[in-house]
Amino acid sequence: MSSNTDFALAIEDLTVSFDGFKAVDNLSLYIDKDELRVVIGPNGAGKTTLLDLICGKTKSTSGSIKFKNKELSKLSEHQIVHAGVGRKFQTPSIYENLSVYDNLEVSYPEGRTVFGALAFKRTDKVDARIKEIANEVFLGDFLSMEAALLSHGQKQWLEIGMLLIQDPELLMLDEPVAGMSVREREQTAELLNRISKGRSVLVIEHDMEFVARIAHKVTVLHQGKILAEGDMKTVQNNPDVIEVYLGH
Amino acid sequence: MNFMYERFLGGKNGAIGMAILAVLILIILPMSLDLFRLNMVGKYLTYAFVAVSLVLLWGYGGILSLGQGVFFGLGGYAMAMFLKLEASDPISTSIQSTPGIPDFMDWNQITELPWFWVPFHSFTFTLFAVIAVPAIFAFIIGYSMFKRRVGGVYFAIITQVIAVILTVLIVGQQGYTGGINGITDLKTIHGWDIRDDSSKYILYFINAFLLFGVILVSRFILTSKFGRLLLAMRDKEDRVRFSGYDVSNFKIFIFCVSAIIAAIGGAMFTLQVGFMSPSFVGIVPSIEMVIFAAVGGRMSLIGVVYGTLLVNYGKTVFSETFPEIWLFLMGGLFIAVVMFFPNGLAGIWDKYGKTQLNRISKMKFISSAKALINSKRTSPARDSK
Repeated sequence: MSSNTDFALAIEDLTVSFDGFKAVDNLSLYIDKDELRVVIGPNGAGKTTLLDLICGKTKSTSGSIKFKNKELSKLSEHQIVHAGVGRKFQTPSIYENLSVYDNLEVSYPEGRTVFGALAFKRTDKVDARIKEIANEVFLGDFLSMEAALLSHGQKQWLEIGMLLIQDPELLMLDEPVAGMSVREREQTAELLNRISKGRSVLVIEHDMEFVARIAHKVTVLHQGKILAEGDMKTVQNNPDVIEVYLGH
Repeated sequence: MNFMYERFLGGKNGAIGMAILAVLILIILPMSLDLFRLNMVGKYLTYAFVAVSLVLLWGYGGILSLGQGVFFGLGGYAMAMFLKLEASDPISTSIQSTPGIPDFMDWNQITELPWFWVPFHSFTFTLFAVIAVPAIFAFIIGYSMFKRRVGGVYFAIITQVIAVILTVLIVGQQGYTGGINGITDLKTIHGWDIRDDSSKYILYFINAFLLFGVILVSRFILTSKFGRLLLAMRDKEDRVRFSGYDVSNFKIFIFCVSAIIAAIGGAMFTLQVGFMSPSFVGIVPSIEMVIFAAVGGRMSLIGVVYGTLLVNYGKTVFSETFPEIWLFLMGGLFIAVVMFFPNGLAGIWDKYGKTQLNRISKMKFISSAKALINSKRTSPARDSK
C-alpha cells in the first residue's frame, strides 16, 4: 500500500464511514519522532474518531495507519498497545475501586497474559517504577488512596500515569485538561512538556490557551478533513480556521 | 512462607476467617449434629463450591452466570456415571434383558452401553472427566461469547438458555441419561460402600477439605495481579483492553476455573447424596446458587459459605414452619439483601461485626487494665492487714 517513511506515525488516505457519513475523510497526517502535535477543531470534526482509529477502537473503512512503518489497522487493540501506542480517554478512565498504586500496577507492562498475571510478583523494580511514575504525575502522596476519591484533575493525571508506566512511543491524549483548575492546567502543561521528551505525543484539546502553551505544531480538523496545519500563529490567522470557528 | 500466607490465606484477616470456618465445619458441626443432619450440611457445602465459583466470576469478574448448575450437573453426572456402571455389574443386573448395563438403559430398550459411557468404567478417567468436561464446555462457551464481546445481561441470558437446553437434553434422552429421575441407586467405589455411616463421615470431611482447598486456590487467584485485573475489567473493560490486555482470555480463564469449582461440588454432591438428576442443572438451582452468593456476599470467599449454609438452613426452617409461603419468604430475603446489604453477610460483618469485635476486645483490655490497677492498689492494703 503506502511506502515506508521516517515518521513515527504516518496516516495516509484514512477514511471511516458510519452509514455513509464520513467521520474521517481521506485524511493524511504525519507525526515525527519526538514531536508533540495538537489536534484542534470544532465539535464533530472527527478528532476523537481519529484517535479511535489509531488505537483500534474503530476499524477504518480504507486507508492506512503506520506506526514506525508497522500497519496498525489490522491489529487488535492490545497488539496496538504492545506496538507502543498508548491512549487516554476523554473522560478519565481509571479503576475507581482500586487504589492509585493498584491502578498503576495493573497498567505495568508485565504479566499481560493470563498465566503471566497469576505469576506476577511485586518486585522492588516494579515498586520503584510505580512510585517514580506516581511522583511524576503529582500523585506520590496518594498511592494508597482509592482512585474514586481523587479529584477530577487527579484522575486525569492518574490515567496519564497509567500510560506512562508502559513507556509508549506514541502517547495520545484526548482532552487532558478537561475539568481542571487553572493551577492544575499549568501543572499539566509542564507535565506534557516533560513527558514528550523521547516520544511522540498527540493531544486533542479545546482550550486554546493551553494549546498555545504546549503546541509547536497544530493541526486543525474540520468535517473529517485537515483544514490547516502549522504553528499556532499561522493557524490562528488562517482565514479558513477563523471561518470555521467564528463563522456560521 | 510469608508469600504463601499472604497469597493463599489473604493475610491475617483471611487466616482468622478461614480458621473460624474450619473450626465450625470440621469440629463444631460434626460433633453437634447427628449423621442425617451432618449429611445435609455436607450437601449444602457442595452448593458452597458453586457460591465460591460465583465470587470469582461474578463478584470479582462482574460476569453473572445464571447457568452454574450446568457445571455442577456435569461434574455430578460424570461421577454418577462411574458409580452407576459399578452398581450395574452383570450379576446384580442379571434379570435385565441386557445384563451389565444401567437399569434405565434396559428399560429404554438399549442393548449396548453407549460409547460415551464406556470410559466411565475407570475411576481415574472419571476424576479426570469431572474436571475436564466442564472446563472444555466452559471454554467453548466462553470462547464463542467473550471473543465476540458478549457480556452483561446477554451473557446471563445465554447461560440460562444453556441450562434449559441441557435439562431438556437430559430429560429427553432418557435411555442415555436416566431422564427426569436422574441416575439413582449408586452404591460403591471399587467396592467401598458410599452409603455406610463411616463413609458418610469420610465423604463429609473430604468434601470439607476440598472446599477449603478451592477457597485457598481462589484466594491465590484473587490476590494476584489477575485478581486486580478482574476488578479493573469489571470497572472499566476498555481501559484494560487499551492497556495491552486481551480481555477475553482473562474472562475465558476465570469462567473455566469457576466451571471446574462448580463441577467438583457437583461430584461431591453425587457421592454424598447418592444420586444426580436434572433438577440440579436447570434455571432454578442455578439462580438459587446466585442467591447463596448474594446473601453471603459476592466479594467474600468465606462469606458465601456462610451464606449457603444460612439460606439452606432458612429453607429448611421456613419450609417446615410455613409450608405455604416459604418461597415468598425466601424471595423477600433475597430482595432485602440486595436492597439493603449489597455485599451480603460479609458486608454486614465488615460494617458492624468488626467494629463490635474491636470494641469488645478494647473493653476487655480496659477492664483487665483496671483490674490490674485495682489489684495493685489493694495489694498494699492487704499487706497491712
